Amino acid sequence: MSTYLMRRLMYMILILLGASLLIFLLYAMMPGDFVTNNFKLPAERKAELREIYGLNKPVLERYMNWMNNAFHGNFGFSLSQQKPVLTLFNDYIWNSFLLAITSTFFTWLLAVVIGVVAAYKQYSWFDTMVMIFIFAAMSIPSFFIGLFLIKIMAVDLKWLPPGGMLVTGSNATGMEYIKEVVHHMFLPVVVMTLLGVGSLTRYFRSNMLDVIRQDFIRTARAKGMKERVVLYRHALRNAMLPAITLIGFELPGLFGGSLIIEKIFNWPGIGQLYMQSFTVRDYPLLMGFTMFIAILTVIGTLISDILYHVADPRVKL
Amino acid sequence: MKNNVIEIDHLSTYFYTEEGAVKAVNDVSLRIREGETVCIVGESGCGKSVTAMSIMGLVEEPSGKVVDGRIHFEGRDLLRIDKHELRQIRGNDIAMIFQEPMSSLNPVLTIGMQVMEPLMEHQKLSKKEARKRAIELVELVGISRPEQIVDSYPHELSGGMLQRIMIAIAISCNPKLLIADEPTTALDVTIQAQILDMLRQIKEESNTSILLITHDLGVVAEIADYVIVMYSGKIVEEGDVVELFEHPLHPYTQGLLRSKPIIGQRQDELYSIPGQVPNPLELKESCYFYDRCEHCMSICRTQQPVLHSRAGRQKVACWLYEEGVSHG
Repeated sequence: MSTYLMRRLMYMILILLGASLLIFLLYAMMPGDFVTNNFKLPAERKAELREIYGLNKPVLERYMNWMNNAFHGNFGFSLSQQKPVLTLFNDYIWNSFLLAITSTFFTWLLAVVIGVVAAYKQYSWFDTMVMIFIFAAMSIPSFFIGLFLIKIMAVDLKWLPPGGMLVTGSNATGMEYIKEVVHHMFLPVVVMTLLGVGSLTRYFRSNMLDVIRQDFIRTARAKGMKERVVLYRHALRNAMLPAITLIGFELPGLFGGSLIIEKIFNWPGIGQLYMQSFTVRDYPLLMGFTMFIAILTVIGTLISDILYHVADPRVKL
Repeated sequence: MKNNVIEIDHLSTYFYTEEGAVKAVNDVSLRIREGETVCIVGESGCGKSVTAMSIMGLVEEPSGKVVDGRIHFEGRDLLRIDKHELRQIRGNDIAMIFQEPMSSLNPVLTIGMQVMEPLMEHQKLSKKEARKRAIELVELVGISRPEQIVDSYPHELSGGMLQRIMIAIAISCNPKLLIADEPTTALDVTIQAQILDMLRQIKEESNTSILLITHDLGVVAEIADYVIVMYSGKIVEEGDVVELFEHPLHPYTQGLLRSKPIIGQRQDELYSIPGQVPNPLELKESCYFYDRCEHCMSICRTQQPVLHSRAGRQKVACWLYEEGVSHG
């Protein structure tokens, strides 16, 4: 186990080094930068700014600088916001995380329960309804569901706010603050859950269908175990095994924000920040964010492997 | 005369496929006495496993269904009691061992847990007591280091050991009837003998009745008291093992016995019954064996023979032994 972890750690570092080089080169070699973006600046001022930001140095040197800073915990300085990238992340990421963790929790909960029941009652009317609903939810684009729900729930019925995280100008604290945020996050969480639950339910349903045909399920029944025990102790545990790899892959998604949802609901998340930075070519922030996602992805994969080992005794690390 | 542990009357189990209904078990009646080992023999697809599954109430619905019959067990009809009651009988009064030990145990639960489950469910033992009993049971089925084995997982044991574990699970609640569905088919020959010895030992020590399902006549000769031969979902012949092996009446039984290799006799070619098992979807009113039978008569093609008693406990369903049938 410990030698495995050491080896994995080595690989992780190598992969991240490769990823960092790729990320940096892609952004560095794109024509234009933050300075070219501003048409009003005279040429000499532009040259001056490039000198200040070090944009006129050779690419490799810039990469080494970037990496050196990153190792010291400095992921760069946002040019458009004039703040360190990490500070900005800290300001925005938790808002995205709040949406993501809540919707992921509900997505998984619903997917497991609906998937298990649908598989257990395959071809029943419940199963058929679930499948129709799933395909409908999967085929309707998020912006449509989002805008549609805003129209119904916020504009027509006025039950929920159409967007944002707090009421404009609000200075609520404590429980009031929490209530306000929950009220605002309701719609985006519903939309994100609706979008995610379809594929995951299908996944659990088909895993479950595979498992409940296995011999050991018959054995469990032959032992006189209760159906509930057969389903949840014997079948679900086996059906969950392939899904455990997915838990690790959720990690970058939890922090990565959602461009469309955050835009529609005007949620102050990292996805929105990312879009803004894109339009002004704030490369340090974009690079920092992409690198951050790369790190999370690698860690997520490692977590998946370790979880797999914990859940399935047959997997040796 | 010993009491019957279980009486099955006119059991019929059908499977509904897109092409039509398959009569997997077609009007089968059988009795198993206390402490008796009954073997059901037949080729693949003759309905022997489905008979066992019907007793356990484990026929996969809705594709399969027990359509008719009665299964009397301790004053109750297993086909007409509710699920809850049936569940309390399964694993407790009637236990079952399956063909594939490798896939019959849950890969993510420890051996101990799987042995403990019925003990906690039916005997209401505490976790601690169940564990203690599980270790005893594992030792009882001849596995050394039982304390370590109960904490291991199925993939860490061999097929023979897993089948012993299955037996340990099956006998954990001292069942009155043990159903073994081809328990030795997936195992090496030497292991087969050990497993059969174990079944015989269980029967002798605790007077458990055993319903053994097999296609191996060697196994039958070794362990059975009473033999039932099935063909295409019907019983064609049954009788005490000695009678049946010495005087097989039905041409199918005769064929089965002829196709068994005899130790010390080398034949260039092993006998096999000509033809193939009929398609279960195309069965008509006839003896199902007629097109493979060397004694086939005109009546065999148009009418189904009924199971009738002959000498002793032996019964046969064949027109050859019916009075007043023209043998031509």
